Amino acid sequence: MHEWALAEAILKSAEQVVEKENLEEVTEVTIKVGELQQVEAPILRFALNQLKPDFFKKAKFRILKAKSVLKCRVCGITWEFSFKKLDRATAEAIHFVPEVAHTYIKCQKCGSPDFEIVAGRGVWLENIQGVKSE
Amino acid sequence: MIDPRTSVITDRLADIGRIIAVSSGKGGVGKSLVATALALSLAKEGCQVGLFDLDFTGPSTHIILGTPSNLQPKEEKGIVPPNFEGLSYMSLVYYVGDNPAPLRGADISNALIELLSVTRWGPLDFLVIDMPPGIGDAVLDLIRLVKRIEFLIITTPSFLAFEVVKKQVSLLCELNMPIVGVVENMKVDKANAVELATQKLGLRYLGAIPYDVTAEASIGNPQKLLDTAIGKTMNQIKKATVGQRGKLGCPVKQ
Repeated sequence: MHEWALAEAILKSAEQVVEKENLEEVTEVTIKVGELQQVEAPILRFALNQLKPDFFKKAKFRILKAKSVLKCRVCGITWEFSFKKLDRATAEAIHFVPEVAHTYIKCQKCGSPDFEIVAGRGVWLENIQGVKSE
Repeated sequence: MIDPRTSVITDRLADIGRIIAVSSGKGGVGKSLVATALALSLAKEGCQVGLFDLDFTGPSTHIILGTPSNLQPKEEKGIVPPNFEGLSYMSLVYYVGDNPAPLRGADISNALIELLSVTRWGPLDFLVIDMPPGIGDAVLDLIRLVKRIEFLIITTPSFLAFEVVKKQVSLLCELNMPIVGVVENMKVDKANAVELATQKLGLRYLGAIPYDVTAEASIGNPQKLLDTAIGKTMNQIKKATVGQRGKLGCPVKQ
């Protein structure tokens, strides 16, 4: 349940935003999860709801999926990551540490492991909506 | 857009007494053997010890320890490192096995942040970190993210190694990072040039590890490692090494 650790990080980070922005109540938290990390959205949502502190009581958690785009640094092509072709152990390793993709995935054109994860790596806090304190 | 992971790192390390990065500006000076020997020696003393291999592109502590290939962390609201030879042991090898991990700087930072944010070490007296050589991403990220980090510097008697180490010391001093002291590894004679140069830098010279040809044969066997000159010396100087907080040894500011 790696998602629980990520949920804790999201809430802690969101709390810091609430403090900085002087929010009294949070109504919506938008989270982006990159396909590369293959985070299970239902587990993440469950963990967020279980762990949320009081001022997130009314908050709705919006979890958006982001396509993972990889770009080869050698030949320059870009392609979309898909974990469907990976075996379970490899997919799980990438789930825990997305950077180990460089061990298992190669450029589709030239075979290089030297690619950039352009988009859709892991978990991001996209937006927080709430009511400001008077 | 905010990367939420860094916000929990301090909490994840909150129950750890001291965090010691075994480090050197120069490669090939024996950091991994010294870090492993220090961790094993502290564990033998009854301390709760973690060992974290941060040399992502060239990990070796798993080979030194002789961990079985099926050793894996537990998934429990994060990652719980398995216990091996009395150490809570964490390494990227759990996820890459014997395969190479060709990572650039940004990838190293990301993997480091990921592991620091999801690893649940629990209560430890010491977390010993085996660092990659140099003053690159891993060192800069630890300084940025782990506020209580202390550095144990490893060198050899070589003038070449010490000159590179001096650059690292200079950087750490400039950033006011605590340096526990300097250990001279692979010593073959009684020359005291490194000891004097260390003192000149305002740092503690913790001791010398004699060059030991039996060290190679100890790889994969933690008990044998503790019987080598590395194991015995680290056992002798561990109190000097971790018995007190590192002082800020800055030659410029003294």
